[in-house]
Amino acid sequence: MLDQLTERLSGVIKTLRGQSRLTEANIQDALREVRVALLEADVALPVVKDFIQDVREQAVGQAVLTSLTPGQALVGIVHQALTRLMGSQGEGLNLATQPPAVILMAGLQGSGKTTSSGKLAKMLKEQQKKKVLLVSCDVYRPAAIEQLRVLAQSLEIDWFPSSAEQTPGAIATAALDHAKRHFHDVLIVDTAGRLAIDEAMMREIQQLHQTVHPIETLFVVDAMQGQDAVNTARAFSEALPLTGIILTKLDGDARGGAALSVRHVTQKPIKFIGVGEKLTGLEAFHPERMASRILGMGDVLSLIEEAHRTVDRAEAEKLANKIKKGLDFDLEDFKSQLVQMKKSGGLGAMMDKLPAQLTRGLPANATMDDRAINRIEGIINAMTPLERRRPELLKASRKRRIAAGSGVQVQEVNRLLNQFEQMQKMMKMMSKGGLAKMMRGMKGLMPGLH
Amino acid sequence: MFGLFKKSPEPVPSDEGSSQGWIARLKSGLGNSRQKLKAGLTGLFGGKLDDAWFDALEETLIAADVGVGTSRKLIEQLKREARSQNIDQAEALKPLLKAALVHLLRPLERPLDVSTHTPFVILFVGVNGAGKTTTIGKLAQHFLQGGRSVLLAAGDTFRAAAVAQLVAWGQRNQVPVITQEKGDSASVIFDAISAARSRGIDIVLADTAGRLPTQLHLMEEIRKVKRVVTKADPSAPHEILLVLDANTGQNALSQVRAFDDALNLTGLVVTKLDGTARGGVVAAIAGERPIPICFIGVGEAMEDLQAFNASDFVDALIE
Repeated sequence: MLDQLTERLSGVIKTLRGQSRLTEANIQDALREVRVALLEADVALPVVKDFIQDVREQAVGQAVLTSLTPGQALVGIVHQALTRLMGSQGEGLNLATQPPAVILMAGLQGSGKTTSSGKLAKMLKEQQKKKVLLVSCDVYRPAAIEQLRVLAQSLEIDWFPSSAEQTPGAIATAALDHAKRHFHDVLIVDTAGRLAIDEAMMREIQQLHQTVHPIETLFVVDAMQGQDAVNTARAFSEALPLTGIILTKLDGDARGGAALSVRHVTQKPIKFIGVGEKLTGLEAFHPERMASRILGMGDVLSLIEEAHRTVDRAEAEKLANKIKKGLDFDLEDFKSQLVQMKKSGGLGAMMDKLPAQLTRGLPANATMDDRAINRIEGIINAMTPLERRRPELLKASRKRRIAAGSGVQVQEVNRLLNQFEQMQKMMKMMSKGGLAKMMRGMKGLMPGLH
Repeated sequence: MFGLFKKSPEPVPSDEGSSQGWIARLKSGLGNSRQKLKAGLTGLFGGKLDDAWFDALEETLIAADVGVGTSRKLIEQLKREARSQNIDQAEALKPLLKAALVHLLRPLERPLDVSTHTPFVILFVGVNGAGKTTTIGKLAQHFLQGGRSVLLAAGDTFRAAAVAQLVAWGQRNQVPVITQEKGDSASVIFDAISAARSRGIDIVLADTAGRLPTQLHLMEEIRKVKRVVTKADPSAPHEILLVLDANTGQNALSQVRAFDDALNLTGLVVTKLDGTARGGVVAAIAGERPIPICFIGVGEAMEDLQAFNASDFVDALIE
């Protein structure tokens, strides 16, 4: 996700670690690097300036007071300043009003409003057991209404029909009335994409806002957006009383600097982030984790949270017990792990959340795509239950049979068995508390984490 | 973009349809951002060229998404030229800045020639929300007005109602749209090419689903689409255009790189230039992967999709 920025800052900090003390000159160099890194990450220039100024002031005053090494002190200051810039705490949706609680979605064309509306509806339905109604007020883009209808249908969420002949105001009024009469808890109002400088369209959404009195007005921002994020965010927040931000397309390789810009300009919390093309991909935004992640700490916490949600608890417990008892980790376990990995958004999504320092050391095959997982699953499926429990049985003729059965070369079966053996070793290490040790080691490096 | 050299606001020329009209549209689209920038940089004008002035210029370039690397290169070049020509006034540097940008962007000029094959197959690719389907809708109208027959292939079989969106554009332009109930991108586009051949249609505009370069399975899928298109017609696809949102920051470079590595892009379409975004990342792209820009979108209307002209573009930006 923000890995390029992470790497860049990790690099800066590493060079600083080599210095014996923090001087005016070496803060200057490091800060210049931070500035370039942030600019290359598309953080808007005015935001970068404020940020650097902030960090410089603190660094000069505090360096002597702390007992940390100079490098640690600056990392801590940069980390704190980044956290502060992104908001000091994670905030969810505020739905505390007389139902229906109305959520109004706003943003540029193609920022991901409709998809986010669907994801939000699904989240409210499944995690908060809300009765949600979706309505589209996008009467401009061809088939925008149809898009929301198809999404609503696939998510089994109520959808209020509208048509391109109606005005957005009329649609919203009718939808609100419908939501009231059918006791919906939440009404999500999707709107057309609009340019901040299109005065007529901005007036339209202001009127829409007055019509539906939303308790949440969410600004949807593409994580790939460049320097202009600061201008659009300012224009939208001047036109509408925004209550929060949804940052989309974070599963791409954009450095995501727009997050900082938009947050800085609007001073509104980033409430959710959109990851993944599937409709499961909406995650809560945690500013402090994001700051850690930018500094190279990775987002280990949200990885754990996600694993909790998607991983089959029973399976995971069975595996944990096995490891604890020191029993052998077999191919059957390996397969069920792969299946769970796929459920939690694929390997790529998992890798994203690990600290850059960790993932950089991994072999190239660690970035294999989900199709590779499918192949491995296929190979394991071609084995008998006995073979899965006792992989040592696999000799040449059995391997040939498995290769033929799963449509791969024998070499690929061999490669899988090698990988499996490595994994087995890792599991043994983990059962001896290796992971905990590793985490403790990381904590020592980062003063911001407790 | 570079309000540095701003004079009095220009009257908008009234003769629409000529290239003058386009410059006016482009300028009026960009006027807003220039207005804002001007305020912050007025103090710099008419002054001497010094490091502070160049720093301000660098910041202006960066704020237009030109990127740190490309901005620095441009500034180094300008500094060298200023020294060798003994220029010490900011105003005198204006033509040099313009020339440097035009020099950088000129290689990207390339009008689309659709007369080389029939049917001429154009494949549109890009990230989610870049404006692929809308671009196809506008281009269909553009080619129809040029007297060519057009057929659309609804190859975005993933996103909800993407097919319906393309069908709506087809109806608006009265051009046939090839769709399939169930089926993948590749087979829809294969069908469309066969249909175009049997109906004697000139141009096939093939839509595809939005995908991020990090979604490796989707990048593999788009490679397959290209292979299948080549099976339908060994010379096709005749153009593979990456649709880029002008709002995109430095990630645009990574998009260009990834899609070019996967598909060998033949051109770019830069959309949404009518907002406050300045699309300066184009300069960074020109420096690293000079893939020509076939069209730029400067407004909502169909005629706002224009061929890219480096000189006009730079004029509109730094005037």
